[in-house]
Amino acid sequence: MMSLYLAQISWLHRLPAGLKLTCLAITTVMLYPVKDMWVITAAVAITLGIYASLGRSGLAQLKLLKPLLWMMLAIFALQYWTMGLTEAWILLGRMLVLILLANAISMTTRMDEMNAVFQFLLTPLRCLGVQTQRIAFALSLLIRFVPVLVSFMHALLAAWRARGGQRRYWQIIAPLVVQALRMSDQVAEAVAARGGIPNIKN
Amino acid sequence: MSEITKDKQVVQIAIFAALLAALGFIPPIPFATGVPISAQSLGVMLAGTILGARNGALSMILFLVVVALGANLLAGGRGGLGVFAGPTAGFLFAFPFAAFAAGLLTRSLSGKFSLTVAAGIGALVGGIVVMYLFGIAGFKLVTGRTWLESLMIMWVYIPGDVVKVVLAALVTGAVARALPGSFANR
Repeated sequence: MMSLYLAQISWLHRLPAGLKLTCLAITTVMLYPVKDMWVITAAVAITLGIYASLGRSGLAQLKLLKPLLWMMLAIFALQYWTMGLTEAWILLGRMLVLILLANAISMTTRMDEMNAVFQFLLTPLRCLGVQTQRIAFALSLLIRFVPVLVSFMHALLAAWRARGGQRRYWQIIAPLVVQALRMSDQVAEAVAARGGIPNIKN
Repeated sequence: MSEITKDKQVVQIAIFAALLAALGFIPPIPFATGVPISAQSLGVMLAGTILGARNGALSMILFLVVVALGANLLAGGRGGLGVFAGPTAGFLFAFPFAAFAAGLLTRSLSGKFSLTVAAGIGALVGGIVVMYLFGIAGFKLVTGRTWLESLMIMWVYIPGDVVKVVLAALVTGAVARALPGSFANR
């Protein structure tokens, strides 16, 4: 459960990641100055249509708006109070479209495809002499060690509860950090023993 | 700096970013104001106070890159490109700057005060001042509200963040006692 990716096949999955990201960037820039509520309404409808075209699993992803719900309502209410309904809808609609479109890319693009675009964007840095293979190595280390640290955390939480620990479970944070730093030293030794971070030419 | 030291720092940056993700999985503690507080922004402060300004900031950038690539590692299982367009995106962009400020202050003040106090001041400035400056600026940009109105919507989170500043100071002190070596080489 480490990624938003929906493992299925759809027209949006088939489009290249670079194209999707370019379209998102253009939409974002073009949507900011829009002041016409019908354009915004159309954009919301098209966005919802994209989600519907991904099938039921696509529409189910609209649940990601839930944590934003109360804040969006507060913004809408405040805007309605001060500027009126049209302004409030333009603001809310634009926010919905931008969040949902960006999220649709994350849902339909594998992380390795996204990473390929990211590595391409790093090209100027590479030309400036930055060793981008270290960035690529750090990314894969990070992804590999999230489950390891989450299991450390669960072990510490279980030990804390077994000792009768109540809800003050922030007590486990210091030992968690110590474990992470110790492990980082061990991993660094292992990397050095294998001849350091590989210098891959890509 | 030797290649081995550089590699070691890269590993530390990556593992601290993974730690930030793990902190997002700690069950949020319901707080007095009714807003649950997550341990993740505590991790941002710790990145600065423990890894130092530069490496702490780099570790936060790495974390944000993985989130942008589609990993849902933010507290509450959020992630992907969408979070960078939402009303709270400013807080995310603040992560590296907050860690940098926290690291800078911790280092420059640890000569005058004990490490715990220095880390507390660093965490306060990085984790609250810098964080809310970016957070509210982002909120303003997305919603077009004024500074005051934005702050009114955000204030519920501040008491929880003050608790986290105290925790960050205590944890930094505890980690320094447990691993004196890892603080020596900054």
